[in-house]
Amino acid sequence: MVNLPILSRRPRSLARTLQSCGVSLLLCLVAHQVHAQAPDAARQRELIRMVRQDCGSCHGLHLTGGLGPALTREALADKPLDSMASTIYGGRPGTPMAPWKAMLSEADALWIAQQLMAGFPEPQKDAR
Amino acid sequence: MKRRDCLALLGASSLLLAGCASTGPAPSLVGTGDLGVVVARSTGTLAIVNTSQRKLLAEVKGLGDLSHASVVFSRDARYAYVFGRDGALTKVDLLTQRIAGRVMQAGNSIGGAISADGSLVVAQNYTPGGIKAFDTATLELVADVPAEFEPGRLSRVVGLVDLPGRRFAYSLFDADAIWITDLSNPARPVTTKLPNIGRQPYDALVTPNGRHYIAGLFGEDGLAMVDLWEEKPQVRRILAGYGRGQEPLPVYKMPHLRGWAVAGRRAYLPAIGRHEVLVVDTDTWQEVGRIPVAGQPVFVMARPDGRQVWVNFSVPDYHRVQVIDTTTQKIVRTLEPGKAVLHMEFTPRGESVWISSRDDHRVSVIDTQTFATQATMTVDSPSGIFFTSRAARVGF
Repeated sequence: MVNLPILSRRPRSLARTLQSCGVSLLLCLVAHQVHAQAPDAARQRELIRMVRQDCGSCHGLHLTGGLGPALTREALADKPLDSMASTIYGGRPGTPMAPWKAMLSEADALWIAQQLMAGFPEPQKDAR
Repeated sequence: MKRRDCLALLGASSLLLAGCASTGPAPSLVGTGDLGVVVARSTGTLAIVNTSQRKLLAEVKGLGDLSHASVVFSRDARYAYVFGRDGALTKVDLLTQRIAGRVMQAGNSIGGAISADGSLVVAQNYTPGGIKAFDTATLELVADVPAEFEPGRLSRVVGLVDLPGRRFAYSLFDADAIWITDLSNPARPVTTKLPNIGRQPYDALVTPNGRHYIAGLFGEDGLAMVDLWEEKPQVRRILAGYGRGQEPLPVYKMPHLRGWAVAGRRAYLPAIGRHEVLVVDTDTWQEVGRIPVAGQPVFVMARPDGRQVWVNFSVPDYHRVQVIDTTTQKIVRTLEPGKAVLHMEFTPRGESVWISSRDDHRVSVIDTQTFATQATMTVDSPSGIFFTSRAARVGF
């Protein structure tokens, strides 16, 4: 059984999915993942490079911060996943954090938030 | 004495010629006026380049985190001072092609400036927020000015420029302020503080005559300008409300103002959240035009003679570079030199421009008259390009 603290860290779309599901949680989770279309391997490589290079303009190539805050695993330890994903997707008004929805899907934003919270992957050597 | 050292020292002093001659044929002396550096940011490497030969001379490794690295040059144009994101200040000798000194001076740094007399190199830091001045010869810390705008609160510092008289102007992103610090006696820094300049200054420039300091504002439409020749400098708003209430477009990368784009009596400035270059008359400081461009401008740079202004853009439009003719205020050329154009640097008199294309790992040299590509070089994820002619220019 999934406990509530984890549930509260899922994005809103999952919460909605759960509410509308009359079947078991497990099925819902599977359905959600299919629905959200997590980025494939090629897209993941693009996203890794994008985060390192373009987000890196403000957050640093090593994500240790700059004009934008640090995005290391340690720095994000107490941040809720859903607010991270929505900040990436929709921006944060009043700050320089832009909405990236013109370049990212919600699933991309969620995937990036998950990777950041787990410690962002290094770029692959061949991709430079 | 090792032969390489001889070679290097020969660049500095012909007196050593006799001492080195015994180890082999005497190498030729070289100057530094046509040298420069290209930052290879993902590998922490600085490439030394020659702009006459249009080629890479050497790579200097071990400079740490060079994302957003910037460079100033010693007054004799022999040394490059490199400010790394990780807070390192590295002094690189362009003649020996080696690191001549290195200090970790902050946790997170963004750039720096050098005094007109060449004695002080000053870093602007995000963490801890403030500026620090170092002896250019020894890299010894000689002054530390925290940007403490409220008790216990330090602001991130942006837009640091050198002013005559060992003074430095900079902006406080978190405090909506411009500070001018007089380091004529580094042991006793004297800081003039100008508050309430407008919300979130993100970068600044000083005009080529050293008179006007202009800070771009992220938090509102307009720029903050200070006439430094006034007895008591004060802040004036210019180009207020240039967005005219329209919803701003997303800003995926902050524009850079450093490196003036003043051509004749006009200044060319990037609009924030608009795909426009703003044109302002530097006598009246009134807007005299705006030029629609291909994306959010990042660098808006005048060719040294002021005839052209070159513009590059933030993601996702950063495969393009546009050229404005300053006699007509029209775009005369749109170039596509490569993927993810991050920076442009003119040769000293502007006959060529060097452009870095990060995702193509390429530096292109382009003729500014014909727009023909004169040379290309392979550099790993190139970002900033800096030529030694900056040593002789205010605000570079």
